Amino acid sequence: MRRDPDPALARRPEAVSAPTPPGVLSALRWACARDLRLAMRSRSELALIVVFFLLVTSLFPLAVSPDPDLLRTIAAGIVWVAALLASLLGLARLFAADHGDGTLEQMVLAPAPLPALVAGKVLAHWAATGLPLVLLAPLAGLQFGLGAEAIGVLVVSLALGTPILSWLGAVAAALTLGARGGSSLLALLVLPLAVPVLIFGAGSVESQAAGLGSEAHLSLLAAGAIAAWVLGPAATALAVRIAHE
Amino acid sequence: MTTFARFWYRYASPASFYPLAGRLTPLFAVIAVLLAAAGLYVAFFVAPTDWQQGEAYRIIYIHVPAAWMAMFIYLVIAFWSAISLAFNTRLSAMMAQALAPTGAMWAFVALWTGAFWGRPTWGAYWVWDARLTSTLILLFLYLGYIALRASIDDPRRADRAAALLALVGAINVPIIYFSVRWWNTLHQGATISMTAAPKMAQTMLTGMLLLTFAAWAYTIAVALYRVRSIIVEREAASGWMSRLAADSRGQSDDASASGAMAR
Repeated sequence: MRRDPDPALARRPEAVSAPTPPGVLSALRWACARDLRLAMRSRSELALIVVFFLLVTSLFPLAVSPDPDLLRTIAAGIVWVAALLASLLGLARLFAADHGDGTLEQMVLAPAPLPALVAGKVLAHWAATGLPLVLLAPLAGLQFGLGAEAIGVLVVSLALGTPILSWLGAVAAALTLGARGGSSLLALLVLPLAVPVLIFGAGSVESQAAGLGSEAHLSLLAAGAIAAWVLGPAATALAVRIAHE
Repeated sequence: MTTFARFWYRYASPASFYPLAGRLTPLFAVIAVLLAAAGLYVAFFVAPTDWQQGEAYRIIYIHVPAAWMAMFIYLVIAFWSAISLAFNTRLSAMMAQALAPTGAMWAFVALWTGAFWGRPTWGAYWVWDARLTSTLILLFLYLGYIALRASIDDPRRADRAAALLALVGAINVPIIYFSVRWWNTLHQGATISMTAAPKMAQTMLTGMLLLTFAAWAYTIAVALYRVRSIIVEREAASGWMSRLAADSRGQSDDASASGAMAR
């Protein structure tokens, strides 16, 4: 859905209307490809997020205890908290650079639907920062002595949950554009909202270990992911527009 | 246009709401004081001692109204935020801004008094109970809302950004509550639940309701007082505000002039 709260846009004379504006899918594909290309050109920055994730999970056995039974019990929670913190790290780069050099403003003014452009950016952001965590989760699981089934559930829960984190983070990152406070403000906005994702994500592994099955938790995560993909583009686009008033 | 709509349109303008809020603030402050005095009297002198929890239960007279107000004010903020985003009205955003600190205060009071109640009753200041945890997260949502508003300099942008955050939070609040509740029941045995508590005596309920309405009236009085300050801060450059300031300055000039003459 497209909103034009800006009266200056609404007053634009019809005479200058461009040829047919790009459709939703081509806009999404363009924004996604562009951001992926940019991400691949700053690979070291992305590698830092992955290293941070593995580092945080490796710190817990040092801080808590190397007892395998204890570690197996808290493994899912640790991996999920580490993934949540790692997802915060990448958020600052989602809109800030484009905001700084004016690209984001051009996207707001472009005839292509802004929610689609934003969705492409978030999809690329998830592929660059969320997907590596999903793929590396088995490694963290092995560190904590999880069984094969538990690792499978952990990977599925991360695959369903990290897009929700990306969307929550995208709204918060767009809202804090140009605001003082930086990354600590971003953390304060995102972390309370991410509580349900954390509970269902870590809970799926634990209920599977308890013999209850993980379907209920994973279904709720999938429902959350669908809701995030439906509501996220409109909310993020609105936040980006607010930043450019 | 109906009278109702005309009323809303009239008082959606800060210029006409400012004097109305000025008249209503002392009214609600007096109501709050009277209700609080009556409620505290009932709570401490009339209501019987609980046979199970002893005198410690009396903290619920503060605790329950605080928890109710903390949840209710977040919904009111979300309501005013939705209005301000939909109709682009300045005053509704100011109302949301004025309510947020009071909501955070009630959430904090609810947690603090809850800890003091939990120590003699449950034997612990804090348990990871669903209600406690979701109230804590509610407090963080309030703090995030206030922090976002404080870190954006342009007030209109801050209004709209904070409004969107409040709406996202309002969608999330029930999800948080039920996820936390489910998480808790999966993890540990049931703690003492409020719903399973024995039915309340009539006087206890009376005291609690009196104090709830006192907290409500207090919230309205404080929010109106704060919204007046916000209006002054933001509209300082506007015509009606400088006329108002000139009027009051004229009066005080007259007063000081007559005082000088008397001297």
